[in-house]
Amino acid sequence: MTDLAPPARRKGGFKRVLERYPFLPALLILVVLLALNGIYQPRSVSLVGITGLIKTYLALMLLAVAQAYVVYAADIDLSVGAIVSLVNVAVVTLMQHWGGEALPVFGAIALGLLVGLACGIVNGLVVAALRLQAIVATFATSIFFTGLALYIMPVAGTPAPTLFWRTYGGRMLDIPFVFYVVVVLAVLLYALSRTRLTTQLLAVGDDAQAAYQSGLPVTLIRIKGYAMCGVFAALAALCITGDTASGDPLVGGKMTLFSVAAVVLGGSALSGGVGTVAGAVIGALIIGLINSLVYFVGTPSEWQNLVQGLAILLALMAGILVGRRARA
Amino acid sequence: MNGAGLRDLIRQPLVVALALIVALLVLGEALSPGFASMQQILRLLIVAALLGIVAAGQNLVILGGREGIDLSVGGVVSLSAIIAGNLMSGSDAGIPMAIVACIAAGALIGLINGIGTTLLRIPPLVMTLGMLGVLQGLLIVIRQGIPSGRAAPGLSQFVTQPFLLGLPGIIWLWIAIGVLMALLLHRTVFGQRIYAIGSNEHAAWMAGVPVKAVRIALFVLSGAFAAIAGICLIGYSGSSFANVGEQYMLPSIIAVVFGGTSLAGGKGGYTGTMAGAVMLTVLQAILTTVNIDESGRQMIFGATLLVLMLFYGRGRAMRA
Repeated sequence: MTDLAPPARRKGGFKRVLERYPFLPALLILVVLLALNGIYQPRSVSLVGITGLIKTYLALMLLAVAQAYVVYAADIDLSVGAIVSLVNVAVVTLMQHWGGEALPVFGAIALGLLVGLACGIVNGLVVAALRLQAIVATFATSIFFTGLALYIMPVAGTPAPTLFWRTYGGRMLDIPFVFYVVVVLAVLLYALSRTRLTTQLLAVGDDAQAAYQSGLPVTLIRIKGYAMCGVFAALAALCITGDTASGDPLVGGKMTLFSVAAVVLGGSALSGGVGTVAGAVIGALIIGLINSLVYFVGTPSEWQNLVQGLAILLALMAGILVGRRARA
Repeated sequence: MNGAGLRDLIRQPLVVALALIVALLVLGEALSPGFASMQQILRLLIVAALLGIVAAGQNLVILGGREGIDLSVGGVVSLSAIIAGNLMSGSDAGIPMAIVACIAAGALIGLINGIGTTLLRIPPLVMTLGMLGVLQGLLIVIRQGIPSGRAAPGLSQFVTQPFLLGLPGIIWLWIAIGVLMALLLHRTVFGQRIYAIGSNEHAAWMAGVPVKAVRIALFVLSGAFAAIAGICLIGYSGSSFANVGEQYMLPSIIAVVFGGTSLAGGKGGYTGTMAGAVMLTVLQAILTTVNIDESGRQMIFGATLLVLMLFYGRGRAMRA
């Protein structure tokens, strides 16, 4: 193309910052929600309150990160919830089978991560290599994964070993265990955000044709995105298992659509090319804080879901409108 | 027939879907004699009609392009079923009121979806996903205050009993919707405009098509169709239960895809979607007939869907 675009107009400082950190509007919403939570229930912003929030929503945060990696490349994965269920029942069954000692628990965790990776690769092959539509194809794989989960554990209820959930919900050196998880994850996500793969996924999402023409292996990159998604969905499953302390073949089903909402709340565009995992994490926290705020302001229980739904819809719309104004 | 003609024929999604339906019926009959009896086929068609009516609206939204999709249809079906159940509460006198109220509610929800996606330019997936969350909450509120409602006997009869020429009323309704959709899409200006905005929105806008109004109308129609399906659903099941419509959300999209409508918009039609809805229903019926665990059933269903998708709308390979 001989398209000689004029040099980009210099943008204002604020816009440049927003372009670099698309999650800033979400961060603002998060701070406001935290403040509101603090006003209506001062204890919710204490160490105990924050620990509880993280413990409950760590799984959704990880699942949002998982979804973010495919959304980077303009794909979507509607099977993440089914992967969570599958890994949850696989890990619990293995731990029960091998006994609840430290070594078997670690072995089960490692195998669980491999199951997630395998599911992600299957999704990647189906969507990127066979070129099926992501929405319908990952819905089909989600049915398959749910079937597998039901095969492994037909009914919910098998308990996880005490060692596993005690560690997850307990403290180490007087600091809640989940804080270590958060720190390790923060470092991991920061490192991953500086890898070539993140840039490549965003490039594919921005313009797959251009990425292909500049020599990127587009199909392989998209498969890698789905593989990352599978692994993070497996990590989310481990957190769920730590939180609920049992296996349930349908535990993740409801989480899929929330993971998509969290990614969008965090400032990522479903059309690909724009996004951050930090935003996805913030998006998941926003959903969590909306849920707890609705509870703290004393909404009657039957109205809570409606108010939550409305608040999430409004937050989604506000985030998109602000983000677009910033990028325009 | 020459080779090229044959190849074109088996590429026709409608032909593929019809052939698969026949093959599935033969398979079903082989696995469990009586599967393809007239009575069974009628029952399957009733179930397919419910899905097909939801898929009509989904089809319109998808045809309009710009990543058009409506994830809120399941919520609208549930909402409509509970509203209809309460307005009828077992009496035929409530049927007209139920029909008016449900379609109005569905159209209103569609209108909000349409305004959000066009005037505020929220991506349809996000807008309708958010709407689904709102509807699920709304259902809980409604369910607290009022009983779950009962279908009027007249409505149940219309849906399940022979109405004309041995076919239940809902099948005639579905046929009528099919004819109306075909006329709408291929014989009206509105239909031409749908294809125009679906295949090239900018060109359509330059040619004077009121792009936003058309797209809002598509979402309104989608809400209305889902509401009609909700009314029929309570006629079929007698009473409504929690989130009864959820089972239609993604299958309605799959029926559209199996009918040969491209998710990219601007290409396809409703006749194929009707065949797609029948095909999905027959496939599920076969899986419930054979004696295997729920887990095996789901695995086979998921894998079969994937294999069938290979016949349809695969994306183009990258070329330099």
